[in-house]
Amino acid sequence: MPLKGTPVKRAAHAGLLAATYLPSILKGMWITLRHIFRRKVTMQYPEETWKLPDNYRGLPALVRDDQARVKCVACFLCEYVCPPKAIHIEAQEIPTGVEKGPKVFDINMLRCIMCGYCEEVCPEQAIFLTKEYTTVGVNREEMIYHKDRLLEMGGIRPDPIKKWAHLTAEAGSGTHR
Amino acid sequence: MDSASAPPPPMPSEVPRGEDALHGERMVINMGPSHPSTHGVLRLVLTLDGEVVKAVQPHVGYLHRGMEKIAENMTYHQFIPYTDRLDYLAPLSNNVAYVLAVEKLMGITVPPRAQVIRVICCEIARISAHLLWLGTGALDLGAATVFFHTFRERETLYNIIESLTGTRLTTTYTRVGGLMNDLPAGWTGQVRSFVEAFPKALDELDALLTGNRIWMKRTQGIGRIGAAQAIGLGLTGPNLRGCGVAYDVRKTEPYSGYEAYEFEVPIGSEGDAYDRYLVRLAEMRQSSRILDQALRMLPEGPINIDDPKVILPKKDRVLTKMEELIEQFMIVTEGFKPPAGEIYHAIEAPKGELGFYLRSEGGKSPYRLKIRSPSFISLQAIETMAVGGLLSDLIAVVASLDPVMGEVDR
Ligand code: SF4
Ligand code: SF4
Repeated sequence: MPLKGTPVKRAAHAGLLAATYLPSILKGMWITLRHIFRRKVTMQYPEETWKLPDNYRGLPALVRDDQARVKCVACFLCEYVCPPKAIHIEAQEIPTGVEKGPKVFDINMLRCIMCGYCEEVCPEQAIFLTKEYTTVGVNREEMIYHKDRLLEMGGIRPDPIKKWAHLTAEAGSGTHR
Repeated sequence: MDSASAPPPPMPSEVPRGEDALHGERMVINMGPSHPSTHGVLRLVLTLDGEVVKAVQPHVGYLHRGMEKIAENMTYHQFIPYTDRLDYLAPLSNNVAYVLAVEKLMGITVPPRAQVIRVICCEIARISAHLLWLGTGALDLGAATVFFHTFRERETLYNIIESLTGTRLTTTYTRVGGLMNDLPAGWTGQVRSFVEAFPKALDELDALLTGNRIWMKRTQGIGRIGAAQAIGLGLTGPNLRGCGVAYDVRKTEPYSGYEAYEFEVPIGSEGDAYDRYLVRLAEMRQSSRILDQALRMLPEGPINIDDPKVILPKKDRVLTKMEELIEQFMIVTEGFKPPAGEIYHAIEAPKGELGFYLRSEGGKSPYRLKIRSPSFISLQAIETMAVGGLLSDLIAVVASLDPVMGEVDR
């Protein structure tokens, strides 16, 4: 059965008065005038700022667990999945029972598209997208965020599942920070 | 001559003398690639005789990013963010189009709840894309007020999109086999109040433009194209429906459960800019009707298929169980491998038929991915529509075609 469309109605020319353009202009002004008395929808940025939803996807950052240990185990999964290849990781051995952690963890914020894939795939809940959306740098190097800066941005995030809690005692000497 | 020094695309050929000889010299000028009325980096090479357009040649490629080639070098999952950047005024519907194509290749059907959410996404995308078109199109023709009204409405939609996906523009919301996340609490209420308020706002836009004499003079009879010509050029979407051809992929080849919704397919009669305007306006009303129905029928249930080879396991299990941890690594690094074969899947995107052709050789990346983008094809019609008209009418023609360079150039 061929598809039947619904014809749209074209407005016809409305005679002499319309030809003066006055009705159209007045109607437009009337609509505009009515809006003066409505609730304002504009926002006085930057005095007021936008309230972001909890799932907002801003710049990615690394987090520490409630004992201030770096959660990332340098598994390279986020580096692998990152579509624009913004992440660069170099691993190192660490003296805790976790055994492996990042020596270098760089995210090139010029490349990052805030897709959230790194957070989605991370098997350690070590990387999260923050609510930070303003970022500025005067050169390209500054826009490559290194491990320390990423950890500072992420802060401590106590997650309900404490995978490495049993290591507190034996980690002893070398809490990896 | 080696290919590196190949000549640039030819400029329009010599101007024929004759009946126009009286009018003196013709001029060849560039409109674009950076011109406010070309809505992106579109370059039109115009041959003008005074104010009259004698030839138009669209030159594209300024936004070429090689997306189709990029897709061949990554997993199917990794390509989803790239689809946001096709028609960047309706990223949600691009996301849906791409995953539907991959799902067709793999023989997957997503659960009903995911289907309905995808329909909601597509229609939100359509309304917001049409609103932007209406605002900027009217602005091009000198009606600045409309722009503010459409952007106010569009802002509401972007807030809705933001609370659903976490971003306003680059949504990356769908996943092969499901969705990124389920609807956040209170989200349907947000959409519901938009659906209730929107028809009134639309009436206002209607009142501002439809019977406005200036608007009618600027669009009626401008950029005319006949149905046969439009079909011949491959136009789809509102541009085709404006000429009176009732073709809508949602009706002719329903996907994602569109057959369950009641809506009309608005068509025009004259195929001019005014008809294309009316069709899009009417489509927004239909979309809000579909949204209303979708909210009513939204079922409970899972949003992802139950297939541990395609869908990433739950985070709490990844953190505590060995099997799921291995699965996570396998899906991310090895991807999923659709069987060898080729498919084409199209959806009715705001701009027309957006299709993905995929060919798999059984690997984790497509062997070939081709995007049939409606805007690219719409651009072909510029010549037919604009030649013989005035230069100022060319602006109306470009605006009424609604091309988006992100999807023209890919
Ligand atoms: S958010 Fe996306 S682009 Fe940015 S680092 Fe993570 S995976 Fe890469
Ligand atoms: S952030 Fe997560 S995914 Fe990335 S290397 Fe560290 S543990 Fe692996």
